Amino acid sequence: MIPAAFEYLRASSVDEAVAHLQQHGGDARVLAGGQSLIPAMRFRLARPGVLVDINNVRELNYLRTNNGAVEIGATARDADVERAPWIADRRWTLLRDASRVVADPVVRQMGTVVGSLCHNDPAGDWPAVALASRADVVVRGRDGARTIPIDGFLVDSYTTAVGDGEMAIAVRFKSPDTRTAGSYQKIERKVGDFATAAAAVQISLKADGTVHEAGIALSAAGSCAVRVEAAERLLVGREVTPELIRAAADAASEKSAPQADLRGSVDYKKHLAGVLVARGLRQAMARLGG
Amino acid sequence: MKVKVTVNGVAYERDVEPRTLLAFFLREDCGLTGTHVGCDTSSCGCCVVVLDGDRPVKSCTMFAVQADGHEIRTVEGLAEGAALHPLQQAFWDQHGLQCGFCTPGMLLTAYTLLKHNPRPTEAEIREGLAGNLCRCTGYQNIVKSVQQAAGAV
Amino acid sequence: MSSEANTGGCLGKPMKRKEDPRFIQGKGRYVDDITLPGMLHMAIVRSPYPHAEITSIDVSEAMKVPGVKAVITGKDLDAAGLGWLPTFHGLDKQMVLAIGKVLFQYQEVAAVFAETRAAAADGAEAVQVEYAPLPVVADPFTARKDEVLLRPDREQKTNHIYHWEVGDKDGTARALESSPKRISQRIWFQRCHPAPLETCGCVAQFDTMGRLQFYVTSQAPHVYRTALAIVTGIPEDKIHVVSPDIGGGFGNKVPVYPGYVCAIVGALKLGRPVKWIETRTENLTSTGFARDYHMDVEIGAGADGRITAMHVATTADHGAFDAAADPTKYPAGMFGIVTGSYDVPAAHAEVDAYFTNKAPGGIAYRCSFRVTEASYAIERAMDILADELGIDAAELRRRNFVRKDQYPYQSRLGFTYDSGDYDRTLQLALDRIGYTQLLKEQAEKRVRGELMGIGFSTFTEVVGAGPSKHFDILGIKMFDSAEIRIHPTGAGIVRAGTKSQGQGHETTWAQIVAEELGLDPQNIMVEEGDTDTAPYGLGTYASRSTPVAGGAIALAARRVREKARKVAAHLLEVGESDVEWKDYKFQVKGVPAKTVTMKEVAFAAYTNMAQNEPGLEASYYYDPPNMTFPSGAYVAVVDIDRETGEVKVRKFLAVDDCGTIINPLVVEGQIHGGLTEGFAIAFMQEIQYDGEGNNLNTNFTDYLLPTSLETPQWETAKTVTPSPHHPIGAKGVGESPNVGSPAAFVNAVVDALSPLGVRHLDMPITRDKVWRAIRAAEIGTVVA
Repeated sequence: MIPAAFEYLRASSVDEAVAHLQQHGGDARVLAGGQSLIPAMRFRLARPGVLVDINNVRELNYLRTNNGAVEIGATARDADVERAPWIADRRWTLLRDASRVVADPVVRQMGTVVGSLCHNDPAGDWPAVALASRADVVVRGRDGARTIPIDGFLVDSYTTAVGDGEMAIAVRFKSPDTRTAGSYQKIERKVGDFATAAAAVQISLKADGTVHEAGIALSAAGSCAVRVEAAERLLVGREVTPELIRAAADAASEKSAPQADLRGSVDYKKHLAGVLVARGLRQAMARLGG
Repeated sequence: MKVKVTVNGVAYERDVEPRTLLAFFLREDCGLTGTHVGCDTSSCGCCVVVLDGDRPVKSCTMFAVQADGHEIRTVEGLAEGAALHPLQQAFWDQHGLQCGFCTPGMLLTAYTLLKHNPRPTEAEIREGLAGNLCRCTGYQNIVKSVQQAAGAV
Repeated sequence: MSSEANTGGCLGKPMKRKEDPRFIQGKGRYVDDITLPGMLHMAIVRSPYPHAEITSIDVSEAMKVPGVKAVITGKDLDAAGLGWLPTFHGLDKQMVLAIGKVLFQYQEVAAVFAETRAAAADGAEAVQVEYAPLPVVADPFTARKDEVLLRPDREQKTNHIYHWEVGDKDGTARALESSPKRISQRIWFQRCHPAPLETCGCVAQFDTMGRLQFYVTSQAPHVYRTALAIVTGIPEDKIHVVSPDIGGGFGNKVPVYPGYVCAIVGALKLGRPVKWIETRTENLTSTGFARDYHMDVEIGAGADGRITAMHVATTADHGAFDAAADPTKYPAGMFGIVTGSYDVPAAHAEVDAYFTNKAPGGIAYRCSFRVTEASYAIERAMDILADELGIDAAELRRRNFVRKDQYPYQSRLGFTYDSGDYDRTLQLALDRIGYTQLLKEQAEKRVRGELMGIGFSTFTEVVGAGPSKHFDILGIKMFDSAEIRIHPTGAGIVRAGTKSQGQGHETTWAQIVAEELGLDPQNIMVEEGDTDTAPYGLGTYASRSTPVAGGAIALAARRVREKARKVAAHLLEVGESDVEWKDYKFQVKGVPAKTVTMKEVAFAAYTNMAQNEPGLEASYYYDPPNMTFPSGAYVAVVDIDRETGEVKVRKFLAVDDCGTIINPLVVEGQIHGGLTEGFAIAFMQEIQYDGEGNNLNTNFTDYLLPTSLETPQWETAKTVTPSPHHPIGAKGVGESPNVGSPAAFVNAVVDALSPLGVRHLDMPITRDKVWRAIRAAEIGTVVA
């Protein structure tokens, strides 16, 4: 199918991109990976009058570590994360797991992490991962850059804190403690399908083996990815036992508020949320040697 | 809009609407019909081409204007003259195709897979090809084809 | 590489395919690869409503879109006598473009012709159609009530299309009544879609001689030519249909679609070639779907498991038009094969078909004309019966098999099975899969509450339509044909009335000719799909090519050989009756040293033929005496994750018996592909409509095709029981894996869940369904 006609603007710097966006407001969309935008345009569900192509903005094409924190620029691809030199580190196992199951291996060559966060599909992978690892998103507007914690960035289905005339330029994942591991558990009917249910888990342990920090988030569990704060609170300060995992899983099922669709009923998806949080916790703990 | 795309080593300069998808640009503006279009949701991979040497991309989910100044390899650029690429030979030897419609995309995804991972396991091959659909072969002989090309068979 | 010596013994050789070089280099020629000077593009406007009156169509805005040349509607076509198209079954017709009302969501309403694909899409978007919605008939059970009449255009004012039955109604009812044991089950084969990777499309052009050049994705090009001649009134000699390379058919490319007629009309009206290539969404929502049979199966048996009687009553959902491409006398296809591999003494099968507000179709997706539905029903029912009787599923089958000494076997539902050795095929399957060991493992796992299942499918299917006595499409009998011409230097060409869409005919037909004539198959060119040159055939679908055209090719080759024998006699300087064909050569009887090769004879046929007719060619139009009956024994082993309902297919073994095998590589490939389709159907595919007639599976994100990661590894094996009536003993195999496998998968899942009281699950077996069944058992309710 053929998209509706649009005006194409190619930016070579962030300033230029923002200027275009400022000029055209809501009629303009950013083109990065395009792996969500272009299909929507082909069905004419999205009809931007202007596309601002940022793929040539070199300053956005980076993945860097900075004192243990990871920063991913707006045009860094899902596949770049998969192949990053630091991805084998246990501390990044949540990101590693996710990077291998986003969409399919070819789409991942173009799709971007930042783009996925901005698209904020209720069943997307990166939003839940960002929530569980407490990421921040850097947004550039007319008045410069601001940093928005992911909790406030993700607003609703397909809606984020990025306003008209602005664009997200990076996502920052904080430097995890050494005793950190994660897990991304995703159930999909086939590769390329959106998640039927998914859970992002990241655990940091203290020297005494109790939980220092816990990040637990669900995808395909509501209008937007959600943190299961109740489960996180249950874990902090405690030793992770099978009973605790069960309790955390129950909290996740409770929190999950999915829609019934061709992938499954509400009951089933809520049940899966619990199952996947439990599996995620067990895998994270196994990775921590526990 | 004017674009200049190097396809299989040849520069193509054309004037296209921005909304022209790369797949249609290759097929209609460059006359290279080896790249196929099989769906409208980026699901099937029949349109896969190689961008800038080693990135497989779904050319139905990319605009031709994005490829301006870049290099594309299509299936027509796999063989060296009359000499088939080992992957092409392998698909032939192992009966890795039947109707041939998914084959160009499969070959090119496999080509990039082997570039990054010259000795893939069977599981890695299956994972790597999961963005390319086939209705005829059930994938089994495609996997064997990639194994042969990787020298593992 | 050509060789002087003949290759001899070509049948059964795993020859690499001759067609592959162009495909692996991206040089295949599919319909969308064809561009003609001045070509226009066509796009179709489709209805968002499942059932509505069309109150107005305004094309004025569309005509203003730059590049748009014309828009046609149903009214325009109707005025030209082209408003309706006869369906292949022949007893109904369908609208080309909607006239007065629409009957299914995505039905064709208008066609837009423009300079570019993009302009056509823009034009289609700009056509303004006003609809007045009508009540929707969303399923055949509602249709049956006749509260809303869908087809006032038909003579019979009812949604009931036909009632078909075969067998002994009263005898079967009595036998069932008096059976010591009885099972009955509603078994639904869900609506699905073949979805080949290349969608349907065409390029139509009226050339300078006034001929219609029609390039089209057609599995049956000659039938298209005749049908188009009838529909359009263009004389058949002025129509040239060419099926170029086709990217998968699976029955999707058998019907003549409205888009084709619109493209032809556009080409005529505008004096320019017109290309129409449908989108994937159009393909899934408007082209021929498959299945949608609600089957009520009843089987009676003795305590020893011997079946006494079988009755099946089916409610068939045909969609808005009866476009099920069945042979005329078989509105329910070969559904009569529903007694399967078993000797059933009393049987009765009936089908009632209904119109609904859904896309038309029914015959597609490797179905062998409803054999997939029939096979699924009997194989699922056998497991239910085994469960009821407490008899092992494999053993129950064996007890009821048609025995080797019963062939040719006359079934109670009208088929004469040609041959089979079901015991041997099943035994091979049991040995290979290690059945005894698996049962042991399963018993141990059950103690621990682990869910492991073993499922069988021992199917017999019927293909090779078919004998002229019974089979015709639009009146044309279902023979097939071959024309063979051998050139002076021993190469040759064979043209057939079939049309491969990936089945490898360019190789396998050459192998048959090479085998019969002792020539090199590398130098036998195969041509199909061009109606100007190929002899008349009924095309490729329903696994008919090898049984029918394969027979024609062998017999045409034997005619060639007969002619060659005369020339050979001249070369050998003996009388004709002294020459015999032995070891792929002509030999003087009793004098092994005096031989002459076919290659030498071919040369002589042009240079030294003496009084014989010059040249070396023959044709054969083959009317097969019977259908063929491939069979198989499939075993699936599954493990189920209790927490998620995920079913893992641990192992799948397919033992097929398709008689003589021409090329084992090609056969194995067909089986892999068909099993993958059966796997998809069993676990993830359905074209669903909601209660309001909205199609919920309109693209590949909602209609699922498995990837290399989900698809299991397939193990294959074979037994060979040739068809006694086929010229080379071959039965065909392309559809067997899709016919046989769904039941094996479902049987395995139900077997895994049987300790929980589960007796049946409808496909697709989604994780949610499995989880619900497990949960219901855990909380004490039984899932039927």
